[in-house]
Amino acid sequence: MKFAKALASATILAACTFGSASAADLVVGFSQIGSESGWRAAETTLTKQQAEERGIDLKFADAQQKQENQIKALRSFIAQGVNAILLAPVVATGWDEVLQEAKDAEIPVILLDRTVDASDDLYMTAVTSDLVHEGNVAGKWLADTVAGKPCNIVELQGTTGSSPAIDRKKGFEQALSGHDNLKIVRSQTGDFTRTKGKEVMESFLKAEDGGKNICALYAHNDDMAVGAIQAIKEAGLKPGTDILVVSIDAVPDIFQAMAAGEANATVELTPNMAGPAFDALAAFQKDGTKPPKWIQTESKLYTQADDPMKIYEAKKGLGY
Amino acid sequence: MTAILRGYALRLLPQLIALAVILLMVSLVFPGFFRLEIQNGRLYGSLIDILNRGAPVVLLAIGMTVVIATKGIDLSVGAVAASSITSGHSLAMTLVITLGTGLLCGLWNGVLVAILDIQPIIATLVLMVAGRGIAQLVTEGAILTFNDPGLIFLGSGSFAWLPLPVIIWLVFGILVALIVRKTALGMLIEAIGVNRQASTLSGVLTPVLLIAAYMLSGLCAAIAGIIAAADIKGADANNAGLWLELDAILAVVIGGTSLLGGRFSIAASVLGAIIIQSINTGILLSGFPPEFNLIIKAAIIVFILVLQSPPVRNAFTFVALLRAGRKPTEGQAR
Amino acid sequence: MQPNGENLLSATRIDKVFPGARALDKVDFHLRRGEVHALLGENGAGKSTLVKCLTGAYRRDGGTILLDGVEVDPRDTFNAQKLGIGTVYQEVNLLPNLSVAENLFLGRQPRRFGLVDVGAMNRQARALLDDYELDLDVTRALDSYSVAIQQVVAIARAVDLSGKVLILDEPTASLDAHEVEMLFRIVRRLKARGLGIVFITHFLEQVYEISDRITVLRNGQLVGTRETATLERRDLISMMIGRELAAEIRSAREGQVVAGPVRYRFENYGRKGHIAPFDLDIRAGEVVGIAGLLGSGRTETAEILFGAHRADSGMAEVDGRAVQLSSPRRAIAHRFGFCPEDRKTAGIVGDLSVRENIVLALQARRGWTRPLSRTEQNRIADHYIRALDIRTADREKPIRLLSGGNQQKAILARWLATEPEFLILDEPTRGIDVGAHAEIVRLIEGLREKGMSLMVISSEIEELVAYSTRIVVLRDRQHVAALEGNRITADQIIEAIASANERGAA
Repeated sequence: MKFAKALASATILAACTFGSASAADLVVGFSQIGSESGWRAAETTLTKQQAEERGIDLKFADAQQKQENQIKALRSFIAQGVNAILLAPVVATGWDEVLQEAKDAEIPVILLDRTVDASDDLYMTAVTSDLVHEGNVAGKWLADTVAGKPCNIVELQGTTGSSPAIDRKKGFEQALSGHDNLKIVRSQTGDFTRTKGKEVMESFLKAEDGGKNICALYAHNDDMAVGAIQAIKEAGLKPGTDILVVSIDAVPDIFQAMAAGEANATVELTPNMAGPAFDALAAFQKDGTKPPKWIQTESKLYTQADDPMKIYEAKKGLGY
Repeated sequence: MTAILRGYALRLLPQLIALAVILLMVSLVFPGFFRLEIQNGRLYGSLIDILNRGAPVVLLAIGMTVVIATKGIDLSVGAVAASSITSGHSLAMTLVITLGTGLLCGLWNGVLVAILDIQPIIATLVLMVAGRGIAQLVTEGAILTFNDPGLIFLGSGSFAWLPLPVIIWLVFGILVALIVRKTALGMLIEAIGVNRQASTLSGVLTPVLLIAAYMLSGLCAAIAGIIAAADIKGADANNAGLWLELDAILAVVIGGTSLLGGRFSIAASVLGAIIIQSINTGILLSGFPPEFNLIIKAAIIVFILVLQSPPVRNAFTFVALLRAGRKPTEGQAR
Repeated sequence: MQPNGENLLSATRIDKVFPGARALDKVDFHLRRGEVHALLGENGAGKSTLVKCLTGAYRRDGGTILLDGVEVDPRDTFNAQKLGIGTVYQEVNLLPNLSVAENLFLGRQPRRFGLVDVGAMNRQARALLDDYELDLDVTRALDSYSVAIQQVVAIARAVDLSGKVLILDEPTASLDAHEVEMLFRIVRRLKARGLGIVFITHFLEQVYEISDRITVLRNGQLVGTRETATLERRDLISMMIGRELAAEIRSAREGQVVAGPVRYRFENYGRKGHIAPFDLDIRAGEVVGIAGLLGSGRTETAEILFGAHRADSGMAEVDGRAVQLSSPRRAIAHRFGFCPEDRKTAGIVGDLSVRENIVLALQARRGWTRPLSRTEQNRIADHYIRALDIRTADREKPIRLLSGGNQQKAILARWLATEPEFLILDEPTRGIDVGAHAEIVRLIEGLREKGMSLMVISSEIEELVAYSTRIVVLRDRQHVAALEGNRITADQIIEAIASANERGAA
């Protein structure tokens, strides 16, 4: 398998040295973290789709959650002489050396959906959503919906210490400031998983008088919200009515819940990071336009009013 | 008979004390902890949550106990749990396929350990890595959601006022304990764990029993996988059973079974798993910021392990003997 | 320092109590300068406990220790070493992968500028070993030398560190005759230098060869201290076991053996690399003794008969019917039993109780679905504990806590419980005390009289002569000779082992 890959890349390398870099046969390497979540699978699917639409030859490498695999993949892309590299970094640190190698080889690197702790002249641009902004959108929606009534909120945080958990918490709290009627009464980590989301929600319900004290749930991702919705139902309450549910990511399953009236709103973290990245790359290839160092994707808010079933059907096939 | 019962009580004493202390501590930080009420036809309360949430680790610990008793270890249970839940057929079919997958994984591990004589930690590492990978291949990294009412019932249904997962592990645990202790399996497994060569020379059917132990562990993992999937109405190959093998091993250790094999107690391991879950639930109820979760958990576990370290244990036995009104023998050294 | 009969080390009224047992009961022990003092007794008599109290490995519960007339209280072995009491154990406890010189000077290496001065260390090491007639490459790893050499290095280190009292705990157990001789030369030399040497062993010949005085312990009590020269062997034995052994080890042949029909027939039976193909018939009511040096194929013969290793040539018959003995289970199904040589790794199941160890083979044969009830297990265990006089506080005690002889008896009980018809015993008396030794010899004789077939492997030729009705001699993994009737004498066996390849592959 590995050998076959190496052989293929050698052939590509040979092809590259002869072909000139016209837009039609642009070769782009994509080092993906892995497939730890549905969102990431969708990102992979969409990146491949976007590449195909633009006639880009995409070299895909799955790092299986290991930085050393990503560094290896990057080195191999550099050796193959690709035109550009997309990198979804698994961690923030330790990239300086390999990014410098790419820079020396004059291969632009675009970071997808996460950033790195390295000097920003080592990469061309970073396409990410603004995590703080996402939390902010969710918080604004809740503040508007509750409209001045007192409301006790419970929060399901992401994995402790991860940047989505920190930033989504921060943005949400920013949106809440100035609304004294909104109060976060409990906040625990649900590790971004359904199982933990359900388990932690169960304990919230117990701790807050069987859930009677809770007016809203804010979950840092949809999966935890889906788990929590089950816990709310099992406690004999109506999610979406007795307890408002707002979360982030916009994965298909939350639209199902919204269609059933069990979830109220979600903020989309678009898996289409590659589209803006390829756009920036095309502009750069055409006339050397340098994109800004940060391209922010849209954080769209979806509610029950947005025909959730239709969005569910559209999103279902993306590999979420 | 009473002597045997007293032996059991003495064996489980450290675990029972640890559990009682933890429950008491949790009730201090969360006063409504012991409250139970009936809601939607089942008991409802934090204690029930502990029993319910603990189901996967309890089940894994049951299988792990037997494997560890043979001086083995099964690192693959988490991954087996993940790979077991990824089928999408009718309920009966799903159950058959899932349990079959678990047994097959166990057979694979058992053959590697018993026939090919590969060290258990290495042999099961293979499936630990590959099992989850296969599961992710099948689900393509996504969470497969299902709505089969029968399967959902396994996760969140109830029977006799108890959540079904609790019933499942209670019945399964008692079943395994009975099979192991009412037949000669327990003794033969302990003999293999202490001295495999001597056992083989005494005519014990070592390879078959070893394979059976790993198959039991695989079966437990499959059941745990079903419960985990049924609980969230979805098969999450990425997260189901993740690191649960370590919790299961910890449960066995807290239960006082030596990692060097030999003497084991399924009841003690189940208590160990419940202790771990009590800590988890207690932390959630306490309202501490999540940054403290792991530190609190580690501190409590260290405390428990100290509690059952040989010197402390001996002191316990000593006190227990004094309590029983028997003077320590003349020669009792300190 | 000349030997002058003055006491170098005086231990008086030493007490040591363990939970549930009094290991030493007011024991006196006096060691003179320049003497070799043998410390004897059955396993469990208190020899090693006494030694451990003298070297500080145990804290004694009572009594005084005088060294050179000054009261001492060794806190630990290190402290005892500094006081002048050094110990060398049967298993050499040095570091096998370090060099000889490093082992000699471990923890006190000569230093220069804070670094180990390897040159000086090696020079000093060679000088030290010169005293022991050893010309070694001191820079080579210790484990590149034989156990005997390692033992001498350990002695050299202990004497150099301590210099007054040297305790040798079973130093000859794993040495051959030649090596024992070398060791004894060194012991005599140290004795001449005025050291007091305590010598613990099971080999009575060696006691008579090397020791000046003998102290015997039994059940934690002092039986007495005697001059070796005036103590008759049978008196010594009766001091040790408290009853007459001599009558026990009588010639089995006097009772006129009547062997039954051939029950087990092996033809051209062998396995490449283990044992050359051999023919063997075993009758009911006979004991086939297997003689030969270590590595001659004795254990391999036993293992192949029992199915622990599969034969790759020949055929086996039980009562005239061909059988496959491809695994121990198969062999057990034909009512074979096998007590292996290495009790610890292949015999006992250490953490399990005496009861469980005794019923293990029987339970394994019944299969896991047909468990023996607890009552039944207790009955079987109690029966054999009584019948074989297995000394244990109770049947639930973990077997690893028993002494070697009692462990051996429990393993025997494990097989007797299966009512075997062919019992293979590999070195059944190795490493066990004289009392248990005699009992096992008596037991073998008793089983034979009841019509059982036995095969016994032993390196003690006198013992083989005592109970065998036939002896097969092995050399170089071949069965080279068979002795029967009045040809079974120690001389004949030795001659058969020693003689050249005249009968080659049988």
